[in-house]
Amino acid sequence: MDFRLSPEEEAFRQEVRDWLKENLPKDWSGDRFTRDRDPETWNIYREFAGKLAAKKWVAPAWPVEYGGLGLSVIQQLIFNEEMAYHQAPLGYSIMGVGWAGPTIIVYGTEEQKQKHLGAITNAETMWCQGFSEPNAGSDLASLQTRAVRDGDDYVINGQKIWTSGAHLSDWCILLARTDPEATKHKGISYFLLDMKTPGVTVRPLIDMMDNHAFNEMFFDNVRVPKDCLLGDENRGWYMAATTLDFERSSIGGAVGGRRMVEELVAYARETKRNGKRLSEEVTVRVRLADAALEVEIGRMLSYRVASMQQRGLVPNYESSIAKLFNTDMQFRLAKAGLEIMGLYGQLEPQSKYAPLRGKFERQYLWQTGMIVGGGTPEIQRNIIAMRGLGLPRQ
Amino acid sequence: MDLGLDEQQELLKNFARDFLEKECPESVVREMEEDEKGYSPDLWRKMAQQGWMGLIIPEEHGGTGMNLCELVVLLEEFGRALVPGPYISTVVLGAVPIMEAGNDEQKKQLLPKIAAGETIMTMALTEPSAKWDADGVELEAKKQGNDYVLNGVKLFVPDAHVSDQMVVVARTSKGKTPEDGITVFLVDSKSPGISFELLRTIAADKQCEVAFENVKVPAANVIGEVDKGWPIVEKTKKMATVAACAYLVGLSQMDFDVTLNYAKERVQFGRPIGSFQAIQHKLADVVIDVDGSRFITYKAAWSLQEEEPDADMMISMAKAWTSDASRRVVAHGQQIHGGIGFTKEYKIQLYFRRQKWMELMWGDADYHRELVAQKLEV
Ligand SMILES: Cc1cc2nc3c(=O)[nH]c(=O)nc-3n(C[C@H](O)[C@H](O)[C@H](O)COP(=O)(O)OP(=O)(O)OC[C@H]3O[C@@H](n4cnc5c(N)ncnc54)[C@H](O)[C@@H]3O)c2cc1C
Repeated sequence: MDFRLSPEEEAFRQEVRDWLKENLPKDWSGDRFTRDRDPETWNIYREFAGKLAAKKWVAPAWPVEYGGLGLSVIQQLIFNEEMAYHQAPLGYSIMGVGWAGPTIIVYGTEEQKQKHLGAITNAETMWCQGFSEPNAGSDLASLQTRAVRDGDDYVINGQKIWTSGAHLSDWCILLARTDPEATKHKGISYFLLDMKTPGVTVRPLIDMMDNHAFNEMFFDNVRVPKDCLLGDENRGWYMAATTLDFERSSIGGAVGGRRMVEELVAYARETKRNGKRLSEEVTVRVRLADAALEVEIGRMLSYRVASMQQRGLVPNYESSIAKLFNTDMQFRLAKAGLEIMGLYGQLEPQSKYAPLRGKFERQYLWQTGMIVGGGTPEIQRNIIAMRGLGLPRQ
Repeated sequence: MDLGLDEQQELLKNFARDFLEKECPESVVREMEEDEKGYSPDLWRKMAQQGWMGLIIPEEHGGTGMNLCELVVLLEEFGRALVPGPYISTVVLGAVPIMEAGNDEQKKQLLPKIAAGETIMTMALTEPSAKWDADGVELEAKKQGNDYVLNGVKLFVPDAHVSDQMVVVARTSKGKTPEDGITVFLVDSKSPGISFELLRTIAADKQCEVAFENVKVPAANVIGEVDKGWPIVEKTKKMATVAACAYLVGLSQMDFDVTLNYAKERVQFGRPIGSFQAIQHKLADVVIDVDGSRFITYKAAWSLQEEEPDADMMISMAKAWTSDASRRVVAHGQQIHGGIGFTKEYKIQLYFRRQKWMELMWGDADYHRELVAQKLEV
């Protein structure tokens, strides 16, 4: 056991920090909540991705031949931490780098790797995830979107829902049923779909924060060549599980939380209520201390996943623990922030009186979505209990 | 002892539920979120026709002369339907100070108009210090001939921008205690020197910043006595706190009802999600929170109405509990809905956002827990 980073790793952290100081957009505060409706914010994301690409830092742990630098898992962790801590505008590349790319690295043909991985690391393509359907959320394997083989093509019909960023994406990782006769897990295939293919329609869904972040997607006789299939036909479910494990092990949550605690601490120190600083109030102090330690626990649970990967082990229910704890923790943190702010906590960013630019109010809403996205708490608990602890299913 | 509603209350509840389902559907709630005024004059008039504006105003002043417990029954239905608009502001914050401490002239002039739905009111108490206590009152009122001149800023004032009259809590002198030297004024909202700015809030309710710049108020508009106005505010606050609890109880109940229904209907893994024990236990926790909130709120309302010695304790217990419990309720409500709960279009988020507002109004859980501790003489 050793919690210390090596001198090289420390140096790398410093390098990332210095680079961020130079390259973050001017006055960047990480308030990303108007992003998708506001082309200006979106351009910031795209531009930042371009800067990362120039440094080969879109996906620094990927192999060199695919535009990465072949960094270690721990270096990637450090990189992710610094990005999250500085609330860097990563929205453009998150799904390609975090979810689609790694799955392609594991299961893709050499041709697919050549075609997609370089484009991701060059920040040329953005990806979305077409998994969920109206009747297949937690029970993803019951999805009904159909892909039928027709000569050298597949023809896709059906509907997806909650697809984050579909309206901005170039490509989509798509699950569709290729064998309706097989049991539900065994008839699913995994496709890499060009979003410009005729027959693909994206309709916006407005979320409770009044943002356009996710969408409905409709497929009407969408014809794709058979080389869009990832891996073997009807083996899509198992590859999807890999994607979801990548998605769930992301470190962002805990470290973003650390930054928020620091901001809250500063706020409590600066804000006087009735001649007294908020930081002198016991209830405020307890909330801040709890928040700080929960963030640290979340961090350790994420480190554990990275550490396993570093040792060449494949994390299993450990990713679910990290996902569950960190999303719940982020919600509690937002809630604690609002409690500390009292009446001011309810103000939206547009209000001149809004503390910390209304970020906690936005987070309080946003995190309710994050708790659900990527698999609900009940599903994570089921994974922990059954896959992890081996408890009987019946 | 009987914790159930009596016949009259039962009637009121059923009538209100039917009425609001028809007259205040979800579409009205959403429209009013976007609407600058935040209320529908048409709905307001219809509610007045039911006698609701005058529910707790004595009959001699044009009201129906009911009591706080009946108001709680009605407000539970308001919370259920998320009725937007200045109802609590007018009926509690505006009317109670006048009923409690107004002179005959003021009563005669205002109460019948409130009861008829012709006058909209509010109370301007909190300031940028965001305090509910007397030491938060700094807005200055200076005597000048037959007038007082008001200067200062009030913040988080509900519905001020649509009010005809405001009950303004001001400081006329610096007494020995913060409570000394506070005077309550009846102020015409259109007086020169008053400006309003709407605050954007999580619930899209309508709270305002109200700035007073050399606002002249006739001395005859003092409610009660000069420098001795704080007990009027105290009484109004207690009523408003109970009102907020009642609204939260109705809101929680509806959030729960919608969620329970959803859990019975939504199918995943070939069965209703409500058949999973994980969801069942969550819903069981929720109903404990809803029921606990309801009965502590009833107890608080009854105690205040009957002037029981522990009324203050009950009110603070009710608000401390209900503020926290309702937040747990709506968080579970979101989660049990999965992705659809996060959409703007589906109704459950309306409850989630409004809960936060009422959680804060008239003191959050921290504030009232502290009062409970004080009353325990800890
Ligand atoms: C902000 C956001 C972004 C998203 N982005 C994407 C995206 O980009 N791509 C994509 O494909 N999907 C996306 N999703 C969808 C997300 O993965 C699903 O919402 C999630 O998996 C839940 O599915 P559901 O919404 O159908 O809810 P349901 O599965 O219907 O769940 C409803 C409730 O039932 C519970 N439940 C279900 N099964 C069980 C069980 N066996 N035991 C106990 N409880 C159970 C759930 O925990 C939940 O509380 C996103 C969702 C959100 C909120």
